[in-house]
Amino acid sequence: MPAEAAVDKELNLQGEVCPYTFVKSKLALEIMQPGQVLRVIVDNDESAANVPRSMQNEGHNVLGVTKLNQKEWQIVVQKS
Amino acid sequence: MADGTAAKLAHLRAPITELDFSEEEIRRYSRHIVLPEVGGTGQKRINRAAVLVVGAGGLGSPVAFYLAAAGVGKIGIVDNDVVDMSNLQRQILHTTADVGRKKVESAREALLALNPHLTMVPHDVRLNSTNIRDILKEYDLVAEGSDNFPTKFLVNDACVMTGTPLSMAGIFRFSGQILTVLPGVGPCYRCLIPQPPPPGAIPSCQEAGVLGAMAGAVGVMQATEILKIILGKGELLSGRLLLFEALQMRFEPIEVKRNPECPVCSATPSITELIDYDIACEMPQSPAPPASK
Repeated sequence: MPAEAAVDKELNLQGEVCPYTFVKSKLALEIMQPGQVLRVIVDNDESAANVPRSMQNEGHNVLGVTKLNQKEWQIVVQKS
Repeated sequence: MADGTAAKLAHLRAPITELDFSEEEIRRYSRHIVLPEVGGTGQKRINRAAVLVVGAGGLGSPVAFYLAAAGVGKIGIVDNDVVDMSNLQRQILHTTADVGRKKVESAREALLALNPHLTMVPHDVRLNSTNIRDILKEYDLVAEGSDNFPTKFLVNDACVMTGTPLSMAGIFRFSGQILTVLPGVGPCYRCLIPQPPPPGAIPSCQEAGVLGAMAGAVGVMQATEILKIILGKGELLSGRLLLFEALQMRFEPIEVKRNPECPVCSATPSITELIDYDIACEMPQSPAPPASK
């Protein structure tokens, strides 16, 4: 992931579970402009795997998936 | 010819810039939102839509249920009948406890129990040439599921004259038919059948019977067409009459062209006023069961 990818919107989904981590990420991205970047924070491994995959299936660019600490993951997606 | 439905559907096609769903709505509509063809934007369009369901009977029941489940914001139901025991074989909006009750009231209760977010408007009337235009003003689309030809023709004509998209369907024994009418775009009901058949020419379901599940099979297709019109997705049954023969499980699409001499939707219509055809051969409600000894 680019070291300093500019993030246009951040979505903190701590406490949220699949499939709603994807649903909420999708809703956030839907009203962003193509090329804009969304950062999503999740706190479970399942979402860390499923959200990026679902975003790619939708045709968006997953710029990176990073484990921030013991619980939290950061997923950075650019809207296509 | 210009798309006659553009005015009615304009507000559903307007850009959506806010996807402000509640937590409950996100959960309720999640299976829609994840569909690429729907998303939050499509769900908002569904939430904005107003659909009139003509008939709270066999076809109207599944149509209304699935439109309510989908989140259609406003559903109007037209029916001035009461629930009869013979209805319960197929009219799943109603329950045994509703026998004797106004259909629009039991429908209202059932739909709001499924989705309390919707506005349900009961129209406890029989549609006629003097009330239908005012009623149609409040709705974007119509699903027609009445059990008589006079109402079918009246609804078709009024929808053509007002540019209101319409799903028309019928069931009979083990057969079903469904057609989507997009005024100004495709054929209307009268392109297929220019005039109602004489009273008694076609037996009613009361006389000939109908497999109850046919109402579900065909009514859900009507709901699907209505949702596709709202979303602006997929190919509609405009210009295609879909026949369903349940005994063989066979679907057959029949191409229907616009009739250049159609009495209602042609460039020079011969019918320009709404017509109240006689509703003949209305059989009485089934008698109450004999008291047990």
